[in-house]
Amino acid sequence: MADSIISTDGLRLYYGKKEALHGINLDIEEKKITALIGPSGCGKSTFLRCLNRMNDLIDTVTITGTVKFRGHNIYSPKTDTVKLRQQVGMVFQQPNPFSFSIYDNVAFGLRLAGIKDKQTLDERVEKALRQAAIWDVVKDDLNKNAQQLSGGQQQRVCIARVLATKPDVILMDEPTSALDPISSSQIEETMVELAKDYTIVTVTHNMQQASRISDKTAFFMNGKVVEYGDTAQIFINPKEQITNDYINGNFG
Amino acid sequence: MDVKKVDHLAKRIIQVMVGIVAVLLVLIIGYILVTGLPQESIDFLFKPSQAVKAGGGIRDQLWNSIYLLILALLISIPLSLGAGIYLAEYAPDNKLTHFIQTLIEILSSLPSIVVGLFGYLVLVIRFNMGFSILSGALTLTVFNLPLLTSNIENALRSVSDEQREGGLALGLSRWQTIKGILLPRTVPEIITGVVLSSGRIFGEAAALIYTSGQSAPALNYLNWNPLSPESPLNVMRPAETLAVHIWKLNTEGLTIDADIVSAAASAVLILVVLLFNILAHYLGNKLERKLTGGK
Ligand SMILES: Nc1ncnc2c1ncn2[C@@H]1O[C@H](COP(=O)(O)OP(=O)(O)O)[C@@H](O)[C@H]1O
Ligand SMILES: [Mg+2]
Repeated sequence: MADSIISTDGLRLYYGKKEALHGINLDIEEKKITALIGPSGCGKSTFLRCLNRMNDLIDTVTITGTVKFRGHNIYSPKTDTVKLRQQVGMVFQQPNPFSFSIYDNVAFGLRLAGIKDKQTLDERVEKALRQAAIWDVVKDDLNKNAQQLSGGQQQRVCIARVLATKPDVILMDEPTSALDPISSSQIEETMVELAKDYTIVTVTHNMQQASRISDKTAFFMNGKVVEYGDTAQIFINPKEQITNDYINGNFG
Repeated sequence: MDVKKVDHLAKRIIQVMVGIVAVLLVLIIGYILVTGLPQESIDFLFKPSQAVKAGGGIRDQLWNSIYLLILALLISIPLSLGAGIYLAEYAPDNKLTHFIQTLIEILSSLPSIVVGLFGYLVLVIRFNMGFSILSGALTLTVFNLPLLTSNIENALRSVSDEQREGGLALGLSRWQTIKGILLPRTVPEIITGVVLSSGRIFGEAAALIYTSGQSAPALNYLNWNPLSPESPLNVMRPAETLAVHIWKLNTEGLTIDADIVSAAASAVLILVVLLFNILAHYLGNKLERKLTGGK
């Protein structure tokens, strides 16, 4: 497909001897929101973490098959994982701002990328915080330790932290499941806004959320993709009975 | 009894225990200070000790203690940082790692006199270092390393994995994550560990009796040539520390005022440890604020 930014082909992942992903073929479309749904333990997080090689950090993991990002196999030995992770950023379930000021959290990746100029830093930090829709709340308080913010605000700072380095893709692993309903729906709005410029792949347990915000939905089960397609089609007219059952809360 | 009453009773018992601990501490420290401080004079701190005559000071012993502490920390902090970081962040979860951790535990519970004898046999005799500051500092390192290493390892382990992943997901390397995110967070804990171990080092006698020795040749504080035997910086000279001095005064003190000098020296020892605590926490807070950017 011409407009797929990430595509996986026969992706298998083993934790030790146990195969957790059984050959995943998935094309992620650019500047769309792709939702990964499925029962707990079916491999959604594992799959997501393959896309920026976060699974490298687990010693027991072996991976076969390919993951292409803009046509390049990210598992080739030539890949610079530092650069990859700046292009494919990640937001976690539990907001994890560093124990620094809000400003330093967002500027962290920029400084790492070698940007030292104060004015550039200020601009990029402000822009990222605006995009994450939290600038107005924190603009007079940028020196406050980010861990003193509320959960929803922390998650926004984490989103800003990722946005600051201008990634192409943002991976989100249940980004709202640790938040209250109001913060949660606000983050959803932000995600929709961001999808104009970024590709978002998000794991969610919340069916309403998936149907509200995503363009594409992949239904995972037991380490396989059962069904993948336009969100409307998956939710209204799934091809597989089991997808229908899951979406309607008959199990999982 | 109903739950509330039990709860109340438990709280009372805990309060009483805390009270006992607090009273004991106050009594001990109070006793030392009350008996020691009146004997204190500025002069006492700045005049050399006497072997036989009355009226000796503790100038050289105090300096020796401080110098040994600094050297021991200079050697053991980098080593234990390396070891602690390795064990917490890099070591694979296997038999060898567990074995090393067990060794460290055993080492940390060795009585200091045993560590001292080890230092004596290996450093003083075998490596021919003699009774010297260097032998003492290395022995103190052996004594200090296990505790400081576990302290740093535990401090790092207490940081949640989300923080590590956050750093790595931003494109940091493992080492950058450790240096930039994990260590700054653990500074207060590490400082606390360093302070505790400094207190132990400063008050340590048994490990030093046979390593840095029991004699304090008079020093000339104007002589900064580290090779000269009378220079305070010389690491190859024998150096009785404050704690060893107190021990010696009480076991074989020949001076008639041994009691007084030892009481006064003990008070100094406690005050220095206290001072060191306050200073270290002050520096630790400053460092943490600087590293974590919260102004
Ligand atoms: N670090 C790990 N080591 C071993 N097994 C793991 C690890 N992480 C996840 N798994 C296993 O892989 C499977 C998929 O997990 P995960 O991707 O977290 O599922 P999901 O995110 O869909 O709930 C589960 O059976 C889980 O137990
Ligand atoms: Mg998951």
